[in-house]
Amino acid sequence: MKVKSNGGNRPRIVEWIDARLPVFTYLQREYGEFPMPRNVNYLWSLGAIASVFFAILMVTGIFLAMHYTAHKDLAFDSVERIMRDVNWGWLLRYMHMNGASFFFAAVYIHLLRGLYYGSYKAPRELLWIFGVVLLLCMMASAFLGYVLPWGQMSYWAATVITNLFSAIPLVGDMLVSWILGGYSVDNPTLTRFYALHYLMAFVIAAVIGLHVIALHIVRSNNPLGIEPKSADETVPFHPYLTAKDGFAIVVALIAFSLFTFFAPNMLGETVNYVPANPLQTPPHIVPEWYFWPFYAILRAVPNLWIIDAKLGGVIAMGASILVLFFVPWLDTSPVRSARFRPIYRGFFWVLIAAIVALGWAGSRPPEGAALWVAKAATLYYFAHFLVVLPLLGRREKTLPLPASISAAIKSGAA
Amino acid sequence: MRARRMIRPLAALMLAGVGLWLAPVRAAEEIELPRIKWSFSGPFDRFDRNAARRGFEVYTQACQFCHGLRFLSFNSLAALGFDESELSAIAAAREVLDGPNDDGDMFKRPARVSDRMPPPFANEKAARAANNGALPPDLSLMIKARNGGPDYVFGILTGYDKAPQGFAVAPGLNYNRVFPGHQIAMPRPLSAGAVTFTDGTPASVEQAAHDVVTFLAWASEPTLEERKRVGTRVLLFLLTFAALVFAIQQRLWARLH
Repeated sequence: MKVKSNGGNRPRIVEWIDARLPVFTYLQREYGEFPMPRNVNYLWSLGAIASVFFAILMVTGIFLAMHYTAHKDLAFDSVERIMRDVNWGWLLRYMHMNGASFFFAAVYIHLLRGLYYGSYKAPRELLWIFGVVLLLCMMASAFLGYVLPWGQMSYWAATVITNLFSAIPLVGDMLVSWILGGYSVDNPTLTRFYALHYLMAFVIAAVIGLHVIALHIVRSNNPLGIEPKSADETVPFHPYLTAKDGFAIVVALIAFSLFTFFAPNMLGETVNYVPANPLQTPPHIVPEWYFWPFYAILRAVPNLWIIDAKLGGVIAMGASILVLFFVPWLDTSPVRSARFRPIYRGFFWVLIAAIVALGWAGSRPPEGAALWVAKAATLYYFAHFLVVLPLLGRREKTLPLPASISAAIKSGAA
Repeated sequence: MRARRMIRPLAALMLAGVGLWLAPVRAAEEIELPRIKWSFSGPFDRFDRNAARRGFEVYTQACQFCHGLRFLSFNSLAALGFDESELSAIAAAREVLDGPNDDGDMFKRPARVSDRMPPPFANEKAARAANNGALPPDLSLMIKARNGGPDYVFGILTGYDKAPQGFAVAPGLNYNRVFPGHQIAMPRPLSAGAVTFTDGTPASVEQAAHDVVTFLAWASEPTLEERKRVGTRVLLFLLTFAALVFAIQQRLWARLH
């Protein structure tokens, strides 16, 4: 499809700027004409949706920072003041709280989309790796931010998570007091977590930049997992994808509004409305839902030989994310999309079930059925990446790939 | 292929794990909370003003001697329909610590409507000393800070009972059906007729508990009504906008086929 360039009739001021810094040419090329495979489905809108939630977090976060006080005696009260006395403060805070949940939800679906359609395979390895780096940054930022309201769960989550570093042999305890700025979670911890939480927003923005630049070089994958061969297999980003992503974003915002306005505390822990009390441990310390699967892996590891359960859990939890970095090389199949990999497709859904099971187990105390489910699902999680992906890629009999995207569209397969 | 045969049992196993999601938490003991139809729980609901005003009367007559409402100012009660003279009278009935004055001394004075509600005790030690070692919590956020919210607090207020046969209640504690562990430091706060309502409503324990929970729910989130009102408008806008963008999107993509 031929795209009409707007180059000839631009206002002189635009020409003047563009000759010196070609922002308009860049925007036209990367967001106007940028070719997108015409068979992408709505799962390809999750990146745009995630960006919108990141923007919401940035903007509400900056305004919250104007009213928040990072001091252990004042933090809880300053958040309550935002909720009650600051104009639209309740909206800022509820959007920020639920925005974090929706950012994670969007990114998780985005990531699973990549796994299903093999979007990490050559030449998109670096794009995938920047994505995993982004996930790590988000997790750090979410944890740091959760501590700031200084409620009971803030305080005890900070205690439990920072304590994990003490599992590291030799330097563990030293490292923990270096991170905390003392021997327990206290005012120095709060002030540095605040500074780092604010910093992380810009780190994430930068990594999103790298992720998007990498995307615009290797371009989007599509549900068939084969590269577009001719111009009629692609559509220009604008207006086709701006409209499609636009609709997807509005639908995501509707879901977001249902939570923000009608169930703003549903995804949170009630006990975080109790001010932090170092002398009273809550009966059941749980993270937010988006950390449940990792929390389950952390607690699923028993004492193994010379590695005690705590160190083993920390290693397993770290490895559960680090393993994602190697997925482009662990998956040995030359075929990208699960559409043409019937057996991989089955294992993919087993992986989803394992992650959901881990999520369930992570929300419960680590005992009885929850502990066994966590152990079984943890084993499968690692087996999926370390055993299934490498072996299956070599032995699976894949379905024949269509000759081209347009051939698939004509036969009704796309 | 062998792998294909492995998928089904694996998937079944994982699904069994997911199925456990539906199973209730096996806590040491399940405590059934009363399920009340609250005036403020639905998506378009508002606080029942009359109940909340009566609830404030319950608070002043039965709760305020031990429990503070430190995030509320007297002014904020205007949202429940108290007029200026009523608010001044409510404030003037309480004393707050002010100062230092020009001689450097702290002094007590009657509260003004712009003051926050004064705490019932000077500090935590004083509160514990007066309450057998227990600390009566501030109630500003009580409804948001407990699982079960209003139902839980209603359950506590109406859950005082004789301990069942063989259940030993420690000295200084009281039996309560709803409180975890069933032994609560707070003595029974409400009894029939202990509160008098200015609007003449008979003050049964259930009525008083219902009204004070409505008041405390408002105190926990005074912006709840604004939130739902704005939310309804935002949703109406987004739904309309979604329909428009969808129509544009469909027309655009139809060109391609």
